[in-house]
Amino acid sequence: MQTAKREPLIHMTKRKELGSLQSWGVRLLAILLAAVVCAVVTGLITGINPLHFYQTMASGSLGTARRRWTMGKEMAVLLCISLALTPAFRMRFWNLGGEGQILIGALATAACMILLGDQLPGPVLILVMILSAVAAGAVWAAIPALCKARWGTNETLFTLMMNYVAIQLCAYYIIVWEVPKGSGKIGIINQSTEAGWLPVIGNRYLLTVLVAAVLTVFMYIYLAYSKHGYEISVVGESEATARYVGIKVGKVILRTLLLSGAICGLTGFLLVSGTDHTLTTTLAGGKGFTAVMVAWLAQFNPLGMVLSSFLLVFMSQGAAEISKIYGLNQSYGDILTGIILFFIIGSEFFIRYQLHFRKSAGKEARADA
Amino acid sequence: MLNFTAFIPRAVAQGMPLLYGSTGETITQKAGNLNLGIPGVMYVGAISGVIGSFLYERSVVASAALNPALAVGIPLLSCLFGSLVMGLIYCFLTVTLRANQNVTGLAMTTFGVGFGNFFGGSLIKLTGADVPSITLSRTSNVFRTVLPFANSTGWFGKVFLSYGFLAYLGILIALIAAHVLKRTRTGLHLRAVGESPATADAAGINITGYKYAATCLGCMIAGLGGLYYVMDYMNGVWSNDAFGDRGWLAIALVIFTIWRPDVGIFASILFGGLYILYLFLPTGENLSVKELYKMLPYIVTIIVLIFTSIRNKRENQPPASLGLAYFREER
Amino acid sequence: MPAVRMRGITKTFGAVCANSKVDLDIYKGEILALLGENGSGKTTLMNMLSGIYFPDEGQIFIGEQEVSISSPREAFGYGIGMIHQHFKLVDVLSATENIILGLPGKLDIPAAAKKIREICSTYGFDVDPDQKIYEMSVSQKQTVEIVKVLYRGADILILDEPTAVLTPQETEKLFAVLRKMREDGKAIIIITHKMHEVEELSDRVAVLRHGEYIGDMMTKDTNAQEMTNMMVGRAVTLNIERPDPVDPKPRIVIEGLTVRSADGIKRLDDVSFTANSGEILGIAGISGSGQKELLEAVAGLQVCESGSISYLDESGEKHELVGMGPLEIAGLGVQLSFVPEDRLGMGLVGNMDLSDNMMLRSFRVGRSPFTDRKSPRKLAEQVVDDLEVLTPGITTPVRRLSGGNVQKVLVGREIASAPTVLLTAYAVRGLDINSSYTIYDLINRQKKAGVAVIYVGEDLDVLLELCDRIVVLCGGRVSGIVDGRTADKNRVGLMMTRVGGGEERADS
Repeated sequence: MQTAKREPLIHMTKRKELGSLQSWGVRLLAILLAAVVCAVVTGLITGINPLHFYQTMASGSLGTARRRWTMGKEMAVLLCISLALTPAFRMRFWNLGGEGQILIGALATAACMILLGDQLPGPVLILVMILSAVAAGAVWAAIPALCKARWGTNETLFTLMMNYVAIQLCAYYIIVWEVPKGSGKIGIINQSTEAGWLPVIGNRYLLTVLVAAVLTVFMYIYLAYSKHGYEISVVGESEATARYVGIKVGKVILRTLLLSGAICGLTGFLLVSGTDHTLTTTLAGGKGFTAVMVAWLAQFNPLGMVLSSFLLVFMSQGAAEISKIYGLNQSYGDILTGIILFFIIGSEFFIRYQLHFRKSAGKEARADA
Repeated sequence: MLNFTAFIPRAVAQGMPLLYGSTGETITQKAGNLNLGIPGVMYVGAISGVIGSFLYERSVVASAALNPALAVGIPLLSCLFGSLVMGLIYCFLTVTLRANQNVTGLAMTTFGVGFGNFFGGSLIKLTGADVPSITLSRTSNVFRTVLPFANSTGWFGKVFLSYGFLAYLGILIALIAAHVLKRTRTGLHLRAVGESPATADAAGINITGYKYAATCLGCMIAGLGGLYYVMDYMNGVWSNDAFGDRGWLAIALVIFTIWRPDVGIFASILFGGLYILYLFLPTGENLSVKELYKMLPYIVTIIVLIFTSIRNKRENQPPASLGLAYFREER
Repeated sequence: MPAVRMRGITKTFGAVCANSKVDLDIYKGEILALLGENGSGKTTLMNMLSGIYFPDEGQIFIGEQEVSISSPREAFGYGIGMIHQHFKLVDVLSATENIILGLPGKLDIPAAAKKIREICSTYGFDVDPDQKIYEMSVSQKQTVEIVKVLYRGADILILDEPTAVLTPQETEKLFAVLRKMREDGKAIIIITHKMHEVEELSDRVAVLRHGEYIGDMMTKDTNAQEMTNMMVGRAVTLNIERPDPVDPKPRIVIEGLTVRSADGIKRLDDVSFTANSGEILGIAGISGSGQKELLEAVAGLQVCESGSISYLDESGEKHELVGMGPLEIAGLGVQLSFVPEDRLGMGLVGNMDLSDNMMLRSFRVGRSPFTDRKSPRKLAEQVVDDLEVLTPGITTPVRRLSGGNVQKVLVGREIASAPTVLLTAYAVRGLDINSSYTIYDLINRQKKAGVAVIYVGEDLDVLLELCDRIVVLCGGRVSGIVDGRTADKNRVGLMMTRVGGGEERADS
C-alpha cells in the first residue's frame, strides 16, 4: 500500500458538511460519468455511437405521447412504492418487503374481484377492494414489525423472506382461480362485466399518476411536519432517546410499518384494479427492490424521489428501446441501471469524505479543504 | 411414503447451490459485510462459466471429444473471475468508499441478474452462433462425471456417490471454512474484524485487507454455486431466471445455521429437500397445494430468525458490526 | 536521551484543529502525566503515537531514528502500546483470544494462556484467560487491556483516563502496577483529569491547551493550583460552592425498591432513601452498581419488581410513581437528564438541530396532528442565551457542538420545564474544568429554587464537595448514606466496594 516510509500516499479525512448544492453537484457529476460509461459499454457491445445511443434512449422513453404516459405510469408506481418504504427507512427499519406487500395487496384485490364481483354494486365493491388491499399490505408489513418491536428480530432478512411467502401464496391462488383450467393463469378478471375495474379518467394511467402525486405531497408533509413524522425521526436516530422522552418505540415501529404496508397494498390495488386487471406472481416485477434504491438515492426525501424515480424509469424504458432495436435481451436495462447505481452509491463517499494526496517533495502539506 | 433413495440425491442437488452461496455469505458476514448482492453474484458466476464454456465448446468441432481439463478448467476459471469482479465492486463501494451495504447489495443483485439474463439471452446473437439455445451438454457431462463404480453400489451409491465433483468440493469448502473460522489465527482475526473493527484495527489487523479478502473469496465461492446449478443440476442448459430466488435462500441459510458453515452442509440439504418436497408429497388432484409446499424453506427460516432473536444468546447473534462501514478516524 | 520525541505535530478534523505544532518528549523509567482540558487534544496526540491517527504535519523520533507510524501494528513494532478509554476488546471472544489478537504465527491458545498466567503472576493481576469479555467487570476488562500490551512486550505504555471507571481501591492497585513497570524501565504516559492522581503518581507533567503544547515541569516542583491554571490559561478557583439546603421537605421517598434487568439479574436490591426538596442528594458507587437503573426507575423507564417510589407534591399529597409511565411522571415535574458515555445516546438526537431537540419534551402539546415549531425555537434561543452555549446557530445539528455545549443544551432543556425533581447522571462526564463549573452552578441554582436534585457522579471528590447527602450504592444495594460535609473519602470508597464499608451504618 505504501510507497514510502514517510507517509501514506492517499490519506482521507471526514469532511465538514458540504452544502446541499455542492452535494447535488457531486451526484450529478456521478450520473454524467455513469452516462459516459454506459454509452461506452453499449458501444463496445453493439457498436452504436454514444450520441445515437442517448437519442434512442430519449425517444424510447419520451418519444411519443403513449411512451410518455407509460413512463408516467411506471414512475407513478415506483414512486408509490418508494413513498411507502420511506417512513420505515427514516426509522432505520430496512423494509425490503415491498415486493411481498404489493403482491399481498394485489391478491386481496383480485380475491374481492373474483369472489364478490357479481354480488356488490360497483362503488361498494371498489371500496371493499381498497380496504382489503390496504389491510392485507399492512398486516404483511406488521408481522416483521411486531417481531422487531418485541424481540429485535432482524427486519432486513425477515421482510425479504416474507416476499417469497407472498409470491407462493399468490402462486397458490392463481392455480385455484386459473382460467381456463390447466393454464396456470388467471387471465383478465371480470373481462365482460368490468366489475371492480377502476373507472378510466381521461386516460388509463392518469388516475395512478394522480394518486402518486397526492401521496408524494402527503408523505412530505407527514414526515416533515406531523407529530408522527417527528417520532419516526427520533426513533430512527436513537431508540434510547425516544424511550427516554416517553415515545413508545414499539408502537411507533408498528404504526409506521402499518402505514408502509398499507401504501404498498394500495399500490397492489392500483396495479390490479387500475391497469393490469389480472394477477401474476411477477406483478411487482422487482419494483419493491428498485424502490429501495429510489428512496435511498433521494436521501429519503419524498420530493427528491420524483427525480430519482424518473432517472431509473428513464433508464429502463430507454434501455428497453435499445434492446428492441438491436435485438438484444431486455435485461440490458438492468445492467445500465446497475452501472448508474454503482456510480451514485460511490459518489456519496466524496460528499462525506475528502482525500489528501501526499505532496511529491515529501514535505507534509495538507491539500486544501 | 417418501422414497428416500430418490429424494436424497435430489435434495442434495438442490442444496448444493445453497451451500456454496451460504458458505460464501457466511465468510463475508463474518467480516462484517452484509452482502445482499449474493443472488446477483451467483448469476454472474453462472453466466461467466457459461460464456467460457460456450466459447470453448464452439472452438472444438462437434464430433471431437472435449479435453476434460479444459472443459472443467475454463468454466471454473471464468466463473471465479466473474464472481471476483463482483466481489471487488462490492468491496470498493462498501469498504473503500464506505457506501451503504444494503443499497450496494441490492444494486449488485439488479446488475448481476440483469447481466446473467442479458448474456443468457444475447450470447448467441452476440457471437453469431447458429445454435437455437445455450446447451452445454458436452461440458456438463464432464462436470457430472461420477466414480466408475458408483452405479454398482445400489442405494449407497445413489445417496452418497451419485454427484459430480462440484458437490463434494462444496462440502469440502464448507468444512475448510468452518475449520479456518474456528481454529486458526486467520479465522480469529476475521471474527474480530466483523465483531469490532476498531478493536481489530488497534490490534494491528489490516481491516481493509481482511474485508476485501473475505468478501471476494465469499463471492467466488458463491459464484461456484451458480456454476454448479447450470453445469450439474441443469445439465448445462441455461435459461433465463431459472436460478430464481436461490440466492436469497442462501442468505436465509446463513441465519439458519447461525453463521456456521459446517452446519450449513446439513442445513442446505434440508433446505434443498424442503424446496423439492412438493414433488414427493401426495397432492392428489389438487396441484395448487404444491405452491404452498414451496413456502416451507422461507417459513422455516422466518421461524429460526424469530427463535434466535428471542433466545438472544450472545454467541448466536450476527457479527456485531454487520452492515456498518468502518472509518478509523471517526469521531 | 528521550525514548520518544514528537516534533511539530499538527492534526485537524474537518474544521477542528485538534493539535497544533505540539512538541513532546517521553523518557524511559518515568511516569508522565499528560494534562489538559477536554478537547485540548491529549487523546488525539496519543492516538498518533499509537498509529490510530496519522498526523497532518510533524515528525516522530523513536530514539535517534525518525519514524512514520501509520498503523497500530507499526506502533507495536516500536514497542508502543495504548490502553484506550473505551476498551478495545471483542466482547464475544475470551481474554486469551483478545490478548493474542493481531499477532502472527500459528494459533496456540493453551500456550498463549500459559504465558498470560506468567505475566499475571509477575505483576499480580487476576485474569482468567478463558473467560469471555462480556462476562467481565470493568476493572477486569482494563486488566485484560494492560496484559495485552505487556504480552506484546511494549515498553512505552499509554493509558487514557484509566481510573475513570475504577474505585479508589482498584485505582491504588493500578498505581502500584504502574510504579512496578516504571521500575522495570518502561515509559508510562497517563492521561487524566484528576489532580490528586497526578500528584500522587507522576514524575513529570506536560500540559496541552486548545491543541497547543503549553509546557512541562517536574511534579514535585508544582501543585494542583498551578497545573490547573496552566490548563485553563488563567487563575481558577477549585472550590465548588455548596449553599445550605433551602427548606428541605421530603419530595421523593423510595422504599424497598428492587429492579431486575431483562436477563434476570438483580440491579437494585431493597433500596430505600429519601430525597428532599432544596437539597442535592448524591449517588456514589462503582459504575454499574445500579445508578442508571435507579434513575430510570424514578423516571418510569424501568419495570420495578417490588417496592415503592412516592412523590410528595407541594401540598404534601402522595403520588405512587411505580406503575406510572414516563410521560405522567414527567408531568409531575420529575425531569431526568442522563448523560451517557457517548453523550448523545440518550436525551438528545445528534442529527437534529437545537430547536428540534428542544421539541423532544414538548412536541406532544396540543391536539393538532402537526408539531408546533415556534415555541421550541424560542426555547432554544433562550437556552443558548442563558447558558452561553457556543453554537453557530439554533439550526446547527447538536452532534456538531462540543461536549460541554451539548451537555448545557441537555441540562438547559430539562431545567426549562421548571422541574420539582431534577435527576442528573454524569452531568460533567468528560467536561473540562470550566464547563463543569458552569454545570455545578446550574445545579446549585436549581437547589436554591427548592428543587430536589438527585446527582449521580463519578468523581468522589466532586460528590463530597457538591452534595448535601450521599447515598452510596454497592452492587445494587444501599451501602450507606453519609453527610457530604463530614464524610471521609476513604470510608466512602470502602463503602462502594463492600456494603456498609465494613463499619456500622452511617446516619441517614
